[in-house]
Amino acid sequence: MTPEEDEQVRSRQKSRAIVMGLLLGALVILFYAITIAKMDGGQ
Amino acid sequence: MASSPYMGRSTAPAIPAHWRDFVALTKPRVMTLVVFTGLCGLLAAPGHLHPVLAFTAILCIALGAGAAAALNQWYEADIDAKMKRTASRPLPAGRMDRQSALHFGVGLSFFSVLLMGMATNWLAAAVLAVSILFYVFVYTIWLKPRTTQNIVIGGAAGAFPPVIGWAAVTGDITALPVALFMLIFFWTPPHFWALALFVKTDYAAANIPMLPVVAGEVATRRQIWFYTAIMAVAAMAPVLLKLTGLIYGVTALLGTGLFAVFAFQVLRRRETDPSRMQPEKRLFKYSILYLFLLFGAVVADRWLLA
Repeated sequence: MTPEEDEQVRSRQKSRAIVMGLLLGALVILFYAITIAKMDGGQ
Repeated sequence: MASSPYMGRSTAPAIPAHWRDFVALTKPRVMTLVVFTGLCGLLAAPGHLHPVLAFTAILCIALGAGAAAALNQWYEADIDAKMKRTASRPLPAGRMDRQSALHFGVGLSFFSVLLMGMATNWLAAAVLAVSILFYVFVYTIWLKPRTTQNIVIGGAAGAFPPVIGWAAVTGDITALPVALFMLIFFWTPPHFWALALFVKTDYAAANIPMLPVVAGEVATRRQIWFYTAIMAVAAMAPVLLKLTGLIYGVTALLGTGLFAVFAFQVLRRRETDPSRMQPEKRLFKYSILYLFLLFGAVVADRWLLA
């Protein structure tokens, strides 16, 4: 792998890690909100 | 493509796919209509669903549609590479390996169905699961490469969202969501074949038996007209069965009338040059607006005339 490709791999891994972190954070909020909604009676 | 650093098969690819390519795999633009019809089914249903749960239900419909699209592209990567319209997608362009697309599609399918079941009810989750399985196995794998009627039956996969939205609220499936299912089911052939008329060469290059490729353009124009007639009956059925009110009745009557005018123009033409197929392109664009209008009218009836 060339140094350019190596740099590209690191860059991709970093951006994917950031997006995955944001998605997991969003899921935590969503599951919390669903739990509260269900406890309120939901439907 | 085999020499691409992205396309390793047994081992992990040298360069991982960009996260934007995973988003592209879900065909976000196609998702708009799916989300809209699902939302309309949800809003037209009697009863109340907590806004958070309603949001989750729509999110699950969107994720399920995205999962089905990802699995479709996983299976059709070789076909997509042969068509100009699809050659720049992540898999045929070599920006992602097929295994990543498969894992992403399967994972997203399970996640969307399980989340739907936990947030709303298991009937909505079951219908969502059926719609994903139907799109992948019945349409993509079975019908699409084999028959010119592929999108007629396969179109059912795109007709499920209003049923899922309705079921998420009520926990049952009654006459109106079935009528909305039938409307999308019979809307799909004229909508898709209008597109297939002016992108025919692409399908021919990929050996996909789309109607214009196999039966010819004249037969396709007749089939568009035939299914427009059946769609008109499906569009008026909710009115005749008194499932909807005045807003939908007027919108369906005028909207379907204009649809029939455009379809009739397409029926009478014999143009074969895609660059001069303005009426065909107009029918395709109008068909999208038509579905938005009719589903919007169903919701307006429920909320404004209730």
